[in-house]
Amino acid sequence: MPAVTETREAVEQLGQSSYKWGFETEIDMDLAPKGLTEDTIRLISAKKEEPEWLLDWRLAAFRAWQGMKEPTWAKVSYPPVDFQDLHYYAAPKKKPGPKSLDEVDPELLRTYEKLGIPLHEQAMLAGVEVPEGEQARLPVAVDAVFDSVSVVTTFRKTLEEAGVIFCPISEAVREHPDLVRQYLGSVVPAGDNFYAALNSAVFTDGSFVFVPKGVRCPMELSTYFRINARNTGQFERTLIVVEDGASVSYLEGCTAPMRDENQLHAAVVELVAMEDASIKYSTVQNWYPGDENGRGGIYNFVTKRGACRGARSRISWTQVETGSAITWKYPSCILQGEGSVGEFYSVAVTNNCQQADTGTKMIHIGRNTRSTIIAKTISAGRSDSTYRGLVRVLPKASGARNFTQCDSLLIGDQCGAHTVPYIESRNMGARIEHEATTSKISEDQLFYCRQRGLSEEDAVGLIVNGFCRDVLKELPMEFAVEAQKLLQISLEGSVG
Amino acid sequence: MSAITQDRSETLAPFGTRLDRVTDPVRKAAAGALHRSGLPDRRVEEWRYTSLRFLNETPLAAPGDLYDAGKIQAQLEELGLAAGPLADLPRLVFVNGRYAAPFSVLPSGVEVSFFAKAQTFGTLSSPDRDPLTALNTVLAEDGAQLQVPAGKNVGHVLLVSLGQTDEAVSFHPRHAVTLEEGASLVLISIQAGRGRYLHNPVLEVRVGEHASLKHITLQKEGEAAACLATTYADVAGRGTYDSFVLGIGGALSRQEIHARLSAPHATVHVNGAQRLAARQIGDITSVVTHAAPDCISRQTVRNVLDGHARGVFQGKVYVDRVAQKTDGYQMNQALLLSETAEIDAKPELEIYADDVKCSHGATVGALDEDQLFYLRSRGVPDAEARQILIHAFMDEALALVEDETARALCVQMLAGAFPVTGETV
Repeated sequence: MPAVTETREAVEQLGQSSYKWGFETEIDMDLAPKGLTEDTIRLISAKKEEPEWLLDWRLAAFRAWQGMKEPTWAKVSYPPVDFQDLHYYAAPKKKPGPKSLDEVDPELLRTYEKLGIPLHEQAMLAGVEVPEGEQARLPVAVDAVFDSVSVVTTFRKTLEEAGVIFCPISEAVREHPDLVRQYLGSVVPAGDNFYAALNSAVFTDGSFVFVPKGVRCPMELSTYFRINARNTGQFERTLIVVEDGASVSYLEGCTAPMRDENQLHAAVVELVAMEDASIKYSTVQNWYPGDENGRGGIYNFVTKRGACRGARSRISWTQVETGSAITWKYPSCILQGEGSVGEFYSVAVTNNCQQADTGTKMIHIGRNTRSTIIAKTISAGRSDSTYRGLVRVLPKASGARNFTQCDSLLIGDQCGAHTVPYIESRNMGARIEHEATTSKISEDQLFYCRQRGLSEEDAVGLIVNGFCRDVLKELPMEFAVEAQKLLQISLEGSVG
Repeated sequence: MSAITQDRSETLAPFGTRLDRVTDPVRKAAAGALHRSGLPDRRVEEWRYTSLRFLNETPLAAPGDLYDAGKIQAQLEELGLAAGPLADLPRLVFVNGRYAAPFSVLPSGVEVSFFAKAQTFGTLSSPDRDPLTALNTVLAEDGAQLQVPAGKNVGHVLLVSLGQTDEAVSFHPRHAVTLEEGASLVLISIQAGRGRYLHNPVLEVRVGEHASLKHITLQKEGEAAACLATTYADVAGRGTYDSFVLGIGGALSRQEIHARLSAPHATVHVNGAQRLAARQIGDITSVVTHAAPDCISRQTVRNVLDGHARGVFQGKVYVDRVAQKTDGYQMNQALLLSETAEIDAKPELEIYADDVKCSHGATVGALDEDQLFYLRSRGVPDAEARQILIHAFMDEALALVEDETARALCVQMLAGAFPVTGETV
């Protein structure tokens, strides 16, 4: 059958090279010695020239972490992580926080160019790479984080004029200490969970965004995370604060080189939305997933949480998770403000030996709060994928409303797809609806596409994209295009 | 010898030294597992919504042999088992966990034996994994063991468990039901009682090929009682295990059902309904394991919660790699009638086969304002309109009970506990 041959060819072509972001950048690195002690934390803090309060905060988190156990409730299994066998600080040898692109190591710039992340403001404004039939690219401000430090942040001037602060968090600690101190750890406390505590103790960089009252951020903000150095853990920390009536759309992308060993990524993201504020947080997570036998890949243990503090505030998480050997991630919303809205749109794709346990938490505290959860899970190969979500309605949340839909698609008979929703309601005036389905790609749909001359791979790609449409349409346009391609690549070789 | 290093024995304090007096190897193994695990607290995933703290408040003695026959008779009358259509059905009555011959009528066509004599533990239960089953295994004294011969249709059998006690006691009956090929039975379990006690039964069910067991459980334990029941069912090819649990009574109750579809074309229904008020906690937990292809499982569970009551539903559907063409459906709905009632639900799918059709749905809410308005606009007083809607909600769940005798009993028991005023529809 031609379809089979075609598929096989496609698979052969792919092999390991399907992960095209797997290259390594040769660059001089400044590494902290392996291991984690109070001294490591003091070192990180000193390197970052941090104030006393932050060091104390880190140390408190570290002491809390020492008393904590790694969570085991998720449906993932992996050999224990040796937290003493990691470098907790890795930075390209160059003064952190260069003032302009000219100061950035050209090797680094080439890395981001290869990744397709435009760091040249000029080039972007000129609207290069406009595919046919698409609109010219809107400018996107990028904060590029390379291992432990932010290497460059673009469009800062334009943003400053609008009153928006967008900078590496290490810089924000120095330049805007009051803001950071007020909000850091206010959504994800230092001792929240094992990985959040670890992150609080050793976080090295990340982005800080502050959008003042009434400002609509003039462009999309984006952070691009890249793990490069060997044996390092990446612990970035992102804090986004949006004041009354303001709004921002934030994109996050991640890649890493192909390596045989596993690497740890334990990030914390905190969002704060005040009255009438809106935050849209989109992630395309494409860390190296390991090879087809499950060797290597990133352990992605991330805590993401947003607080809708003000009335009518809105936080929307959109994620496309295709990478990582293991994903442990539950972007959540705490809906405090009256009438606030939380949204979670997720596509999680696992192939080969990947494991993903991901979902969300919607905590309804305020009256008339609303939340929507759309989760699409696709498992292929020998992978395991779990949706785990919590909807909790507290007694004061009269009129709260939740709708949840989780759909799983299984491709092949060696994978697993699981759905574990938790529904807790303590208010009679709340309405919660949940539905979940699990199925495989329907023979009829496949036949229909094949009959119209599509190859099996293309047909599966088309159907999967259709399956994920509700989520993909929430992504900013350019991201959506990238995400679609990514889905296709992640699933290549899984049919036939 | 109970030299166990890491133990959580302090949670077993209510049982005092009762757990140490075992000699039988099966019981000893269970006691060892129990000492290691202790009674589960809410840190154990399967028990995150149901706390057993209630048990720690008083020591639970072994019940005495004697009971007041007059009080038992009164209970049977109250349950509607002494007169009327149910009076003639064969029944096995247990009082405080022991067989009470004077109130029982042995069914014909069924081989009946008692755990007290044979002391055989089945092989379906897992005391090493389920602490409440371990507790039962250690302390079981009696229980009914029914075997329905091949091809035999024996109609109804009542399995009645009554608590009747002045001091706080616990009893742990061990029941077993086996249906041979092509046999059929309607088993109605009734759990009721007076006083402060823990009823901790374990039931093992084996449904043979082409056999059919309809199993209806009516739980109306005493106000101060706890009922922690576990059922293990194994269903062979083209066999059917159709279970329904109605929970009304008890301060704390949990009906845990493990059903395994072990050969092709088997069917399992794990339906249930709870209507709770005051400070009651009621938990329906199930694990349906599809271990063979072409099997069907269905589950609908409804909760109506008033006062400070808390309803818990945990339903897991596990589909093994070999269980292709599985058809699994799960629906869980809850109605909250007061500001202080609470529902916790966790429907769960764990699926390893790709050619399956599995879905679940859950809804939680109050009475529908539009429906209330409709009734009010037609002159139905508010309180009555609410009653009608609640009644209708429960009725849809009870409609899943196919057996008419059992359904009538459910309706009657529900009406007895929650009188419906002005029932005009």
